[in-house]
Amino acid sequence: MISRRGFLLLGVAGVANAQLPPNIAEIRKAALQEAIGKVTGNAQVRKGRVKLDIPPLIDNGNAVPVTVEVESPMTQADHVKAIHLFTERNPQPYVFSAHLGPRAGKARVAARARIADTGDVVAIAQMSDGSFWQESVKVIVTLSACLEEGLI
Amino acid sequence: MARVVVNVPAEAKKGEVIEIRTLAGHAMETGFRRTQLGELIPRDIIRSLVCTYNGVEVFRAELHPAMAANPLLSFTTVATESGTLEFRWTGDNGFSATEKASIKVV
Repeated sequence: MISRRGFLLLGVAGVANAQLPPNIAEIRKAALQEAIGKVTGNAQVRKGRVKLDIPPLIDNGNAVPVTVEVESPMTQADHVKAIHLFTERNPQPYVFSAHLGPRAGKARVAARARIADTGDVVAIAQMSDGSFWQESVKVIVTLSACLEEGLI
Repeated sequence: MARVVVNVPAEAKKGEVIEIRTLAGHAMETGFRRTQLGELIPRDIIRSLVCTYNGVEVFRAELHPAMAANPLLSFTTVATESGTLEFRWTGDNGFSATEKASIKVV
């Protein structure tokens, strides 16, 4: 006969299994890669030129200040066309896509994001010459933006 | 009518890069949260912000549920001529808000 403690443990395990697919990390990674692929058209994304400023340790994932700055002269011939921000562990990888032009003067966008869990945050810049640059930062989140079970 | 705030310098030198900060009062409901009864709360977010400078688009952003509530966006533009900057937010459930700010370029 099953003990009371054993029964309770079974119940807890059952709930966890029902809500979280076991390979959730891979699913999230694949979603991130797919989202990046959609933006870049599977072009090569090089590291550098982008500066992603985000606190490495986040107390509250509900409003995380993020600043993305891209090295660019911002002239008609050479400017940043778009800045995209993605997170690895959110239910959806997208955060924002900002479209700029030479009239921006400086390629700098700041916003506040929701970040669900410890993982990578990726900023991608699309240049007017068609090249893509990125920076990825690993952040640690102590209070998640989505506390509901089954999301993280 | 939703409350929105924009911060644009009142005066700038010609050719100067000015910083613009915008804030819209909005819960940015993600569509992933549930009520205590387990029902999904439908998504209700601001999807885009467009900024035009004397009628010419200078900045556009698409927002997703991962933007924090009361979405704040800060960006830059070159002060080219005196005139108005117009900001337009649009979102789910027919959400729409506009705000204008005038700038004097010397």
